[in-house]
Amino acid sequence: MAINWFKYSAPTTFYGLAGKMIPWFAFSAIILFGVGLYIGFAVAPVDAQQGEFYRIIFIHVPSSILSMFLYLIMAGYAALGLIFNTRLSAMMATAIAPTGALFAFISLWTGALWGKPMWGAWWVWDARLTSELILLFLYLGFIALHASIDDPRRADRASALLAIVGSVNVPIIYFSVKWWNTLHQGSTIKFTGTSMHIAMQQAMFIMLAACWLYAISVVLARVRSIILERERNTVWVTQLPEMNELPKVQQ
Amino acid sequence: MSALDIWMRENTLAYIWLGSYAVAFIIFLIEIAMVKHKRKITLQQLRMMRDAENEAGEEN
Repeated sequence: MAINWFKYSAPTTFYGLAGKMIPWFAFSAIILFGVGLYIGFAVAPVDAQQGEFYRIIFIHVPSSILSMFLYLIMAGYAALGLIFNTRLSAMMATAIAPTGALFAFISLWTGALWGKPMWGAWWVWDARLTSELILLFLYLGFIALHASIDDPRRADRASALLAIVGSVNVPIIYFSVKWWNTLHQGSTIKFTGTSMHIAMQQAMFIMLAACWLYAISVVLARVRSIILERERNTVWVTQLPEMNELPKVQQ
Repeated sequence: MSALDIWMRENTLAYIWLGSYAVAFIIFLIEIAMVKHKRKITLQQLRMMRDAENEAGEEN
């Protein structure tokens, strides 16, 4: 049976689909967070050089990866909206930005907490740290620019340009540890293999999956509100069951 | 060496949990609360708009 995927690019059908998917993603995220934290703190051994401090990796690396991938996905949706003028793409880009910004913040925050005992400093103007900080500013710039323009379609186009141009920063973040001499360590997980203990790898990848599932569920929940706002003058929104569930507003 | 440096080395797991994991999960909870609040407010606004339109229609 062939599935017409384009059907779900319409806000009308995507709204219902997103509503059905959110509980599954959210429940899976909770389970994986529990399993990941258990393996990370109870099973994974102590690091020979860093002791217990290395355990920040189980939240630091997933949030760093998500902050970069979410930016690329946001820029991709923004580009789709700009090129094909598809309504849902721009809505998705708008919904992704706050979650991406929070992951960038968590990455910087946990990095600072890791940096203090290892490097003796909360912050250094290192290429990796600085480019990640620029990523956070790009997210905030996207959100601020979108909010500052009243017409949503014009706001979508202006912020899409910023997202597309800003995506050049993502490879800079990734390759910064190779291009420059940085205090930040290089990639531990490589295509050629890793020296990490298996339990450490398991905990990190499970936490990464949990963060992905959390991000998807939150973005889907946010985009449903954006769809309602943007489509408020359509008949299908007024006929939604949840429109009749709320108590009548007191005059 | 500051008092914080001494404390973090003596209570490493507490430092990790309170400093990074607790902060991250509090941020997640705040984001979830904001998303839920936005949905509630959006639905309230839509309901008000619909009621206002219905009342305007009845008056006409």
